[in-house]
Amino acid sequence: MMEKFKIDRKFWPLLVTIGLFLLLYAYGFFSYRGFSNPQVFFNLFIDNAFLLITSIGMTFVILSGGIDLSIGAVIAFTTVLSAYLSEDWGLHPLVVIPMVLLVGTLLGAVMGSIIQFFKVQPFIVTLAGMFFARGMCFVISTDAITISHPFYRTLSLFRIPLFGKTFIPINVVIFLVVLAAAIYLAHFTRFGRTVYAIGGNEQSALLMGLPVARTKVLVYTLNGFCSALAGVVFSVYMLSGYGLYTNGLELDAIASVVIGGTQLTGGVGYVAGTVFGVLIQGLIQTTIMFQGTLNSWWTKIVVGLLTLLFIMMQSAFASARRTRLAAKSIDKSADRLPVGETELVPDA
Amino acid sequence: MPNTNDSLLLMQGICKNFPGVQALLDVDFSLRRGEIHALMGENGAGKSTLIKVLTGVERQNSGKILLDGKEILAKSPLHAQELGISTVFQEINLCPNLSVAENILIGREPKKFGSINWTQLKHQARQILDRLDIDIDVTQSLGMYPVALQQMVAIARALEISSKILILDEPTSSLDARETEKLFDVMRKLKGEGLGIIFITHFLDQVYQISDRMTVLRNGRLVGTYDTAELPRMDLVSKMIGRSLDELEDMTRFKHETGKRIAQEPLLEAHQLGRTGSIQPFDLELHAGEVLGFAGLLGAGRTETANLLFGVDSPDHGTMTFDGQEVKKFSPLNSIHRGMAYCPEDRKADGIVGDLTVRENIVLALQASQGWFKFLSPKKQTEIADKYIKLLNIATPNADQLVKNLSGGNQQKVILARWLATNPQTLILDEPTRGIDVGAKTEIQKLVLELAEEGKACIFISSELEEVLRTSHRVMVLRDREVVAELAGGELEEKKIMQIIAGS
Amino acid sequence: MKPTTSLLKDLRHHSLFWPVVALLLIMLFNLLFTPGFFRLEIKDGHLFGSLVDILNRGAPLMLLAIGMTMVIATAGVDLSVGAIIAIAGAAAAVLINPALGRELVTSDKLIEDVTQTPLWLVILIPLIAATVCGLWNGILVSRANIQPMVATLVLMVAGRGIAQLITNGQIITIYYSPYFYIGGGYLFGLPFSLYIVAAVFLFAWYISRKTSVGLFVESVGTNASSSFYSGINEKNVKLLAYIFCGFCAGIAGLLISSNVKSADANNAGLWSELDAILAVVIGGTLMSGGRFSLVGSILGALIIQSMTTTIYAFGVPPEVVLVVKALVVLAVVLLYSELVKVSMDKLFEQKGVQP
Repeated sequence: MMEKFKIDRKFWPLLVTIGLFLLLYAYGFFSYRGFSNPQVFFNLFIDNAFLLITSIGMTFVILSGGIDLSIGAVIAFTTVLSAYLSEDWGLHPLVVIPMVLLVGTLLGAVMGSIIQFFKVQPFIVTLAGMFFARGMCFVISTDAITISHPFYRTLSLFRIPLFGKTFIPINVVIFLVVLAAAIYLAHFTRFGRTVYAIGGNEQSALLMGLPVARTKVLVYTLNGFCSALAGVVFSVYMLSGYGLYTNGLELDAIASVVIGGTQLTGGVGYVAGTVFGVLIQGLIQTTIMFQGTLNSWWTKIVVGLLTLLFIMMQSAFASARRTRLAAKSIDKSADRLPVGETELVPDA
Repeated sequence: MPNTNDSLLLMQGICKNFPGVQALLDVDFSLRRGEIHALMGENGAGKSTLIKVLTGVERQNSGKILLDGKEILAKSPLHAQELGISTVFQEINLCPNLSVAENILIGREPKKFGSINWTQLKHQARQILDRLDIDIDVTQSLGMYPVALQQMVAIARALEISSKILILDEPTSSLDARETEKLFDVMRKLKGEGLGIIFITHFLDQVYQISDRMTVLRNGRLVGTYDTAELPRMDLVSKMIGRSLDELEDMTRFKHETGKRIAQEPLLEAHQLGRTGSIQPFDLELHAGEVLGFAGLLGAGRTETANLLFGVDSPDHGTMTFDGQEVKKFSPLNSIHRGMAYCPEDRKADGIVGDLTVRENIVLALQASQGWFKFLSPKKQTEIADKYIKLLNIATPNADQLVKNLSGGNQQKVILARWLATNPQTLILDEPTRGIDVGAKTEIQKLVLELAEEGKACIFISSELEEVLRTSHRVMVLRDREVVAELAGGELEEKKIMQIIAGS
Repeated sequence: MKPTTSLLKDLRHHSLFWPVVALLLIMLFNLLFTPGFFRLEIKDGHLFGSLVDILNRGAPLMLLAIGMTMVIATAGVDLSVGAIIAIAGAAAAVLINPALGRELVTSDKLIEDVTQTPLWLVILIPLIAATVCGLWNGILVSRANIQPMVATLVLMVAGRGIAQLITNGQIITIYYSPYFYIGGGYLFGLPFSLYIVAAVFLFAWYISRKTSVGLFVESVGTNASSSFYSGINEKNVKLLAYIFCGFCAGIAGLLISSNVKSADANNAGLWSELDAILAVVIGGTLMSGGRFSLVGSILGALIIQSMTTTIYAFGVPPEVVLVVKALVVLAVVLLYSELVKVSMDKLFEQKGVQP
């Protein structure tokens, strides 16, 4: 009976994250007027929908033991390209959106292929990707382009009313679909399990006959797609495209993944954790906003420290596990049966 | 008894050369159904190359392989698996972060409507483990379980691919006696089911305990295939080493010579020194002019003991005195200042600095002991390097060769040179002869005795018992991270030590 | 073997061969297509011209590259140098500001020398702040055993916040003519910043070739564990590398803020960590650590700067330079991965000769 209530040790980091989220929310709830409005909660999703989507893609990359520094730039590039194609070329958004999604996905696929086939560190390749995507934004336009197409406006005004006066826009719906797909992908497909296996031990995954090369390329491709989708969501949210958007977003996404309990070394973590990682950052921002006297840059400092805290926690967990294992093997030898029955010396 | 003509695998006239090295020359090997066949040989004898050829890691230059009478050519380990040849390595090639069930079945997981059927997956995994009489929670991460169980899971995975041949490469080196016995039970069971098992180990007693036949390789050549019951142990050893035992007598005599000059006062003394989770408290005395051997299985705590003595790890129990002075600060640098030297077990990971030159590798410890600012000029460095290259007979074109381009034995000599350059009083050598050819091996053993003759104190650690016996004046035996016995003089005999190691 | 071919081969296999060729190619391109690129003029006793401009503008990057070389050689990386630049610049600006950050000083006051802080403090305090930042990174990497990329990522995120905290979120204009000399002054006809770079370079070169620091850094970068067993305090080697890198970034921060006469917490040194890494990689130091080349890194920085200047000379919007940089990174990376293959082949050949 007790077993049912025992929580697997591997869920601990996730629980810490959720606990932290609840604590922060409770703090805001009881400290500030207006925080209790459910819309404040929904706004967390609305304002961070793009970050949520791209962080989910990043979760897969980090689970596989890699990193992607290009996402902020890819999002900005998607907004600029969307604005350019719909404004300057006059294409219909229904044509533009698939096009930009394809471009983002391709960028991811190219980076993934270089990482895999030229054996270059992901961090360097995606750094180049970041430069490239940012630069391409300015090649298209150095100024912000306003998106005026009615379709985008309709999308951005589209709201699904919930109880009371609360509502969620289309951005959140897209996020929820991505989340569901990501959880399915991570836990119910061979692709997802291979990602975990690669993060756990790439050499072993290879020897176990798993499609390591294909999966690694796909992980970056998927992340490219997620970033482009986040870019579409962001362009709907901002109704414009600009090369300076989402500067440094890759760091927010990495921080979200880490705060969400995913190990930076790969192999351990959950997509759901990342969602809470983003929400915690959103809550910090909201709380600082409600607080009023603190400036927005405190968000950066607090998020930085929080990330550090979680990384420290990860390495503490890891070393605790090592000590426990070592202690175990000593205990085991202590209460071992006398080995008299195992005669190791042969009859000479 | 299995049918003697029931041949499962036949390897004929296998040759494999790497540039400049004939790794295998005309080697024959056969395996019957329902047989446990030990593959014996010293490091570098060609065991691993033969396995690599069989499992498709390397391709032979000539010779053919017949499985069930049909010629096969494995293109990759994966392909070999599909053909029915699975390998379980010493270091477990599974993913510790995945569950046990997944580790057994990933890649062939059961599906329902295109998605993984977790219920079925767990069920199948349990069935396979049942076959091996193992009862564990298959939903737990693999990393939570001890190495022995992880190895069983690896075997389970191999069986799941319905293999005909199971290769176990040093499977027992990190297992204790009970775990080993469990593994042997499983092996016997599989043998009864008609599997052919190739068993590689350097524990002779285990070979005699479990194997039906053995094939001995030496220097890439086949020495012969024998029924285990008909080959006495001493004969096996001399076949593996390739020299009559008389030859080794010389060294034993030399050892006795040096043994007369051991100092009375201990140079290094440890009192109840220990570290939780690493090694139980132990006492130790080491005298100038003495070679002290550590015997015990891999993982018995030999390296952990050496790490404490050299200050790689700090003790949390007991005291240590060096030359009458109590040691307060434990770190490699402090030990070097005390006149100690340590050749670590893992030459690649902890010994050589691959991208640096032979010269830089040799002066490294000396420079470290001199600190940041007393810089040895390049000229002085070359002088030191050249001196030791000559002294130890290191085969390198020049001192500026990158050390990673040297052979294993020469790399080991470079590390020895690094320590001799600091002119140490005490040397700890952990597995100094592992993975190097027989000639270099004897050279290093002789060198250890020569150093003792010069009045230095040495600790000699090796998995090969006869090597420890050949060089040491006194032997400490370790088992399960504990020092269990100390032997000297007439007590130094192989059988006695093995009995202590086995705990009987 | 003929001596001439052997000389050519030696040249080609010299670690600085490719960086020098790249720099020469850029110069050749300019010689052909950019009129007046090599023209040097003397105005008011100062040397002017595109070449001087490249050196002057490239000074902060060269400083970063020197510091980054040491960090990368220990098999690490420092992503926070951009943030440290912002912190150093912010600290200097706030110290110069007569109100010391308590209230905003009207802009008409900011066009005259009204500071109350002595120059040496204005220089010393930001440098101490930058060094402390490096110390922080070094502690996280060497003592808390956090992966370098991640450990320095923390300061990369939080550092800009700290810089904004110092400047109270404002872009602070600086007016203090002695301070301008650091980034904009001339000494013996050459930009003063070059003398700073030369001094830092000579210092780094001296400690890495005339003391055991160089050997220790290369040893730790190649195999930290072996180095530890050999008695090298590998933790302190790493710690020192990060401290030095922070210090270099601090000087770069002073140069930049002095040159642009303001401190912008958000944009000062933006993306400069990437430029610095790029410079080091172009210079032939591998990201995996070990062997390093300070001269190579300086060449790398000059390649990046002259490329940027060349592109500007063609009237291309500055941001487009990013695309070019991306392609250069890619080219360099692929070149090295090819090189790795070749050297692997060579390695096998040599192994064959060994008994």
